[in-house]
Amino acid sequence: MLKDLWSSLAESLVSLGEIVHFLLRLIVNVPRALLRYDLIVEQIFNAGALSLVIIMLSGLFVGMVLGLQGFQLLQRFGSEEALGTATAIGLVKELGPVITALLFAGRAGTALASEIGLMRATDQLSAMEMMAVDPIQRVVVPRFLGGVIAMPLLAAIFSMIGIYGAQLIGVQIMGVDSGSFWSQMRASVDFVDITEGIVKSLIFGVACSLIAVYEGYNATPTAEGVGTATTRTVVLSAVMTLFLDYLITAMFL
Amino acid sequence: MDIPRGRVTAVMGPSGTGKTTLLRLITRQVNADSGTIVVAGQKLESLSRSDLYVLRQRMGMLFQNGALLTDLSVFENVAFPLREHTALPERLIRQLVLTKLQAVGLRGAIDLMPAELSGGMSRRVALARAIVMDPEILIYDEPFVGLDPISMGVILRLIRRLNDALGLTSIVVSHDVQEISTVADVVFLLSGGKVVAQGTPQELHSYPSEIVRQFMGGLADGPVPFHYPAPDYFHELLDRPGET
Repeated sequence: MLKDLWSSLAESLVSLGEIVHFLLRLIVNVPRALLRYDLIVEQIFNAGALSLVIIMLSGLFVGMVLGLQGFQLLQRFGSEEALGTATAIGLVKELGPVITALLFAGRAGTALASEIGLMRATDQLSAMEMMAVDPIQRVVVPRFLGGVIAMPLLAAIFSMIGIYGAQLIGVQIMGVDSGSFWSQMRASVDFVDITEGIVKSLIFGVACSLIAVYEGYNATPTAEGVGTATTRTVVLSAVMTLFLDYLITAMFL
Repeated sequence: MDIPRGRVTAVMGPSGTGKTTLLRLITRQVNADSGTIVVAGQKLESLSRSDLYVLRQRMGMLFQNGALLTDLSVFENVAFPLREHTALPERLIRQLVLTKLQAVGLRGAIDLMPAELSGGMSRRVALARAIVMDPEILIYDEPFVGLDPISMGVILRLIRRLNDALGLTSIVVSHDVQEISTVADVVFLLSGGKVVAQGTPQELHSYPSEIVRQFMGGLADGPVPFHYPAPDYFHELLDRPGET
């Protein structure tokens, strides 16, 4: 049993090493890829703009739930006016980046992994190699950067709409005073809170995009292989997001 | 193996004998374990990545399924190498693409997407893309697989015409004996990872070797056995698993 444990540990270390090596390859290629900014803009559109509807809808509902639950809880202590602060901090620091990352993995991550995996399966990547075009630089890096740039923007939009949703329930329906909702929020949400949210969503962006392009690029070139790569993208991204979330939260304390 | 310049060279052999691997070696998509490969006077294994890319610009390769970029139109697919490697004005790119598509007979399909093309058409578009940078060497990986006789005839004629008109060196990997005999100048026959025969197609048809005769004649059994290695047939039929 110990032997099995050891070999599975060794295997995970090897695959971690491979992912880090892949990340370094991407980073080396970033400067040249930046020259082709049109490709990156296209990928920001694919990963970002096309995820907007799902992000905005989810943000609205999460905010509305926060408004309801927060109001219920705060009412017990007679401090409903703190609803604005509570929801804003919860959204900006935690829920915004985390849920955005989870939704991103499901919507954009799977699209990236299966697209690159299918390109591999249909020899498109080999064909590029043969045309003396580096697929890492032409295909992978723009998609990776697109994801990294899109994630903080999506998280910001998610938090904004979430706060609007909380306000909709708390102020418009439950009758919390509008002035104190906003002023308490402005008084107690610090720059550090916002920074934490931005740092988180940036790191989640790197992690989720890296996992998606890595899984796609290294997919077994069969229908089953592409399917497995897509599934692994979602599972790994979700686990990594929650794990990293804990680490970053601990670091900011 | 010496592949002559300016000719159509065919590499034939049974499935799984290493033909595609040979192509991957010539283009250094995989590295050789031992031995040396010299392409256009350059030793492949000593080339850096950037030198390899420079060399690859002098090569064109036609993949088995065409390998067109599915998110780009026919025009953009053929223009792809030009856009990546040159800074030509749009007008010139358009003219080059039109000439190459005219050569493969698909100028009319310029605005179609790869998903709208038939198998033979995709391969012709891929061929146009492979010659758009005016390569010196053109490599075809199983160009006839899954094509109807008409498309096959078209591709065959194109291989010969392009080779002669553009002064290319063509390497065709295939196991279609009849088709390749009509187009190839030199044939190498591989079996088990080794060259077992070489010569003109006519010479190979009368080659004094069992394996060559089996392959050229399409015989089911011979040095390449019909049966995959297995335990004795009758024993296996009479065997009752689970009983002693």
